[in-house]
Amino acid sequence: MRIAVSATAPHLDADLDPRFGRCQYLLIVNSESMEFEATENPAMSAPGGAGVQAAQAVINEGADAVVTGDCGPNAYQVLSAAGVPVFVGASGSVRDVVAAFIRGEFSPIGAASASPGAGMRGGRAR
Amino acid sequence: MILAIASGKGGTGKTLVATSLALSLENTQPVQVLDCDVEEPNAHIPLRPVMDSSEAVTVPVPVVDKEKCTYCGICSDVCAYNAIAVAQKVVLTFPELCHGCGACSYVCPAGAISEEGREVGIVESGHAGAVSFAGGRLNVGEAMAGPVIRAVKGLADPAATVILDAPPGTSCPVVETIRGSDFCLLVTEPTPFGLSDLTIAVEVAREINVPCGVVINRDGEGNDGVERYCAQEGIPVLMRIPFDRRIAEAYCRGETLAAAMPSWQQGFRELFDSVRGLAAVGSVN
Repeated sequence: MRIAVSATAPHLDADLDPRFGRCQYLLIVNSESMEFEATENPAMSAPGGAGVQAAQAVINEGADAVVTGDCGPNAYQVLSAAGVPVFVGASGSVRDVVAAFIRGEFSPIGAASASPGAGMRGGRAR
Repeated sequence: MILAIASGKGGTGKTLVATSLALSLENTQPVQVLDCDVEEPNAHIPLRPVMDSSEAVTVPVPVVDKEKCTYCGICSDVCAYNAIAVAQKVVLTFPELCHGCGACSYVCPAGAISEEGREVGIVESGHAGAVSFAGGRLNVGEAMAGPVIRAVKGLADPAATVILDAPPGTSCPVVETIRGSDFCLLVTEPTPFGLSDLTIAVEVAREINVPCGVVINRDGEGNDGVERYCAQEGIPVLMRIPFDRRIAEAYCRGETLAAAMPSWQQGFRELFDSVRGLAAVGSVN
């Protein structure tokens, strides 16, 4: 399956970026082959609606799941409307995160895990 | 003529100057005050207008007809504000992000998008004695003051001397207020903060081609940085209001300067004459 992971650099050994909407890179990783495509997140410096834009980008890339640190309300709304499950609380390298995901260590969230605009505060504030 | 009163730094005395000017001119010509600080209006406090009409301000937001939508996603691609998202069988709109530009409904190949008004604030108008008054109020929680400010400016009386009480700062709401005015009076205080924000405000006025002049409020305190800056930039200092506790006390009671100390009215009339002369020349420096 195609897993979208928020990352700080465009390769598998990059650290996961804990923010979804304002992450630096979006990696779409094929969980069987570990082949991946990396794009700069178009929403990173959006004046508004970053979660919407990042979610739309991930949907357009045909992702089957999103794994990240936290996901805000707008991104969550768009992803769940598109039927893409979101998994939060991940950390470490993209490679390790995908491996942990395949082992079933994450559960999908039923609601946003971050408050609006949390990504603009470095992803630490709630 | 349209005269905007702005500042840069907040709390310098824009409303004091705007309302004092209005009261000083009301017997010589038709005067209208438009309170464009729609996030924190306060010009009504010293003027105490009686309002006789009010109207909701709306921003057009998209409504998608699910029967016609093909989920092509072109609307989402074209939206500059990320206010519309499309998945295989779902379209989501985010009205609070929408700027009402109309691009989505314009480009929709299926003609599936229509617009409906979303209320973001109100405008009210009335009279304070001989002074006409209008002001706006942005609803709490709304991010964009522009549409309400434009609605307030839309009530300008072309036959009157229109005084725009601008919001503080130098960002979008201030640009929206000052744009298109014949002159902008920048009210400042003779302090480092006053000077710092004044220089930005002057840049804004020059960028949008509105000639400006300065009023120094609380003169006598602080330093001479503002005076030196104005001299160096060729910006006329058109009035100096001294730092005087009695002026502050009166204002705190809701009495603007020209009402509490009527001898100041002559000075405000002379200020207006200077402004009118400078606006006619149209020079920025």
